[in-house]
Amino acid sequence: MGLEEYKGVYVFAQQVDNELSGIAFELLGKAKELAKDLNTDVTAILVGSGVKGLADSLAEYGADKVIVVDDPELKEYRTEPYAHAVSSVINEYKPEIVLVGATAIGRDLGPRVSARVATGLTADCTVLEIGDFPITPIAGQEQKHNQLLMTRPAFGGNTIATIACPDNRPQMATVRPGVMQKIEPISGAKAEVIEYNPGFTPNNKYVEIVDIVKELSDTVDIMDAKILVSGGRGVGSKENFAILQDLADAIGGTVSCSRAVVDSGWMPKELQVGQTGKTVRPNVYFAIGISGAIQHTAGMEEADIIVAINKDETAPIFDVADYGIVGDLNKIVPKLTEELKKVVK
Amino acid sequence: MKIVVCIKQVPDTKGGVKFNPDGTLDRGAMLAIMNPDDKAGLEAALRIKDETGAEVTVLTMGLPKAEEVLREAIAMGADKGILVTDRVLGGADTWATSTTLAGALRNIDYDLIITGRQAIDGDTAQVGPQISEHLDLPVISYAKDIKIEGDSVVVERQYDDRYHVLKAKMPCLITALSELNEPRYMTPGGIFDAFDAEITVWGRADLKDVDDSNLGLKGSPTKIAKASDKVRKGAGEIKTDLDADGAVVYIMDKLKEKHVI
Repeated sequence: MGLEEYKGVYVFAQQVDNELSGIAFELLGKAKELAKDLNTDVTAILVGSGVKGLADSLAEYGADKVIVVDDPELKEYRTEPYAHAVSSVINEYKPEIVLVGATAIGRDLGPRVSARVATGLTADCTVLEIGDFPITPIAGQEQKHNQLLMTRPAFGGNTIATIACPDNRPQMATVRPGVMQKIEPISGAKAEVIEYNPGFTPNNKYVEIVDIVKELSDTVDIMDAKILVSGGRGVGSKENFAILQDLADAIGGTVSCSRAVVDSGWMPKELQVGQTGKTVRPNVYFAIGISGAIQHTAGMEEADIIVAINKDETAPIFDVADYGIVGDLNKIVPKLTEELKKVVK
Repeated sequence: MKIVVCIKQVPDTKGGVKFNPDGTLDRGAMLAIMNPDDKAGLEAALRIKDETGAEVTVLTMGLPKAEEVLREAIAMGADKGILVTDRVLGGADTWATSTTLAGALRNIDYDLIITGRQAIDGDTAQVGPQISEHLDLPVISYAKDIKIEGDSVVVERQYDDRYHVLKAKMPCLITALSELNEPRYMTPGGIFDAFDAEITVWGRADLKDVDDSNLGLKGSPTKIAKASDKVRKGAGEIKTDLDADGAVVYIMDKLKEKHVI
C-alpha cells in the first residue's frame, strides 16, 4: 500500500480513571492545525473501559471522529493491551499522523506501538508543522511535500533538531504536555463515533496489576499556574519553603521546585519543574535559590517573566532570568511578601 | 538467574555543559559517562546478584571507545561485557538501535533485561520498550523499585500522580529510573578485574535475525531535517549590589511595570 493512502491526523486521547488528561485536548488543538494544512480531518483514539461518554468533550475540543476501543481489559493503563488497541486502530484505519502525549503513559505506549507498526517515533516534540523534506531541495533526492516536521530539544535542551519520517507511515510523535494550545471548546459539537474492538486475549505480555497507589494530593497543577514561586536547594530546608508559600499566597501564585528539592524529600515530585519534571509556561516564574542547571531551565525558560534570586552571582539561572538579584533569599523573600501584601488585595 | 543490563556511554550534560566560542556545544570537552538511568539499572541488577548470585552481563552499542563503560560496569560488579560496534550501525535512530540491540540479545541467555528509562543525550525513553517489542517480551517502564519473587518480577511503576505495583513473569524487560537507587562505587578489586576482563566485541555479522534494511542511518525511519544549537534566551538585568530593601523595591517596580500587580 502506498504511503499516500494513509489519511488523517489521529491523536491518542489519554484518559486516566475515565477522565481525559489535559494533553488530549492540547493534541487535538495541534491536530486541527495540521489537518487544515493537509486538508484532512482529526480523529481521536479513545481507549479504556466505559469511556464512550468522553467522546463529546473530544468533539468540543476539535475531534471530527472518535474511535472508541472499549474493553474491560483496558480499565487501567497497561502497556500490552493499550499497545494492541492503538496499533490495531492504526492497521485498520491507516492514519498519516499519530500524536501521543509525552506523559508517563505515552512515553511507554508510543515506542511500543511504533515498533509494532514498524514506523519512526520522534520523542517529546515541542513544535509540529507541515512542510517539505528535505527542507531545501537537494540535487538527486526527491523532495517530499506535506511531511510532518517534528522539532524537539535534545542533549539536555542544548540543541534542537527537526525530524521527518518520510518513508514510513504513520508519522508518529510524542508531544510535550503544556506546549500545544487547546482550542476554545465548541459547545455542543458532535463527532462521528466509531466503536472498534480488535479482541483482547491475555498472554505473557499482559502484566498483572497488584496494587495502585495514588500519590496526588489536592495541590494545584503547576502547569496551569499563572505565577510560580519555585525553590531550589538554596532554600535550605523543607521548613524554609514556608517563606515561599507565603510569597505565593501574597501574589496569588503556586509553589513549585527543582529536582534537587524533590530528591531531598522536601517537596513532592508533582511540583517539580524541569526535564524530568514538568514543563511550565507561567506569566511569572520566581526562581529562588535555584542554580538553574540546563535540566531545570529546559522546563521553565518559556515563562514570560523570570525573576531569579540567588546568592551565587555565577549561577546559570541568571543567564535566563529577565530580572536577577544576587542576594540572600532569606532576607529578600519575606520583605517582598510584606510589600506585596500591601499592594495585592 | 541471568540478567542483561543495556548501558550507554553519553556526554555528561549534568556536570556542566561546555560551549564553543560560537555558542555550540563542545562535545569533545565534556566527560563521557555511563548514562545515569542505566547506572541505576545496573545497580538494581547488582543488588539482585548480591541476593541471589545472578549473573550480570552488560551490553552496549557504540563506538569502540564505549568499551570504557563496560569496564566501569565490571568494576562495579558486572560479570561480562559485550560491545556491539560496527560502522554500518552508525547514525541509528531508536528503531534501528533497538533492532540492533535485540539482534544481540537473541544470542544471549537472559531471564531479565534492564535498560535505563532514557539517556541524557537523546532523552527519548524509546529504546527499552522497543527492544521488548522486538523480542516479544513484557515491558515495565519507569521502575522505581524492583523485587524478584520466584519466576516473576514485582516492580513499582511510576506514573505522574500514582504508581502501580506490577507483576510480570520472566523473561521480561524493565526500564529503570535513576531515582531507583544510589549506584555503588567501583571497588579497587573490581577495577583490577575490569582491566583484565575480556570484552566480547560483536559486529553486524553477529546480530541474529536482523535485516540490513533496519540498521544504521539507512535503516532509521526518522531522518534529521535540521539540527541547530539552541538559540539561548539572552540574559536580562542582573543586580549584584542591592541590599534586601533595594532588591524588594526593584522587584516590585518590575512587577508593576509588567502589570503583574
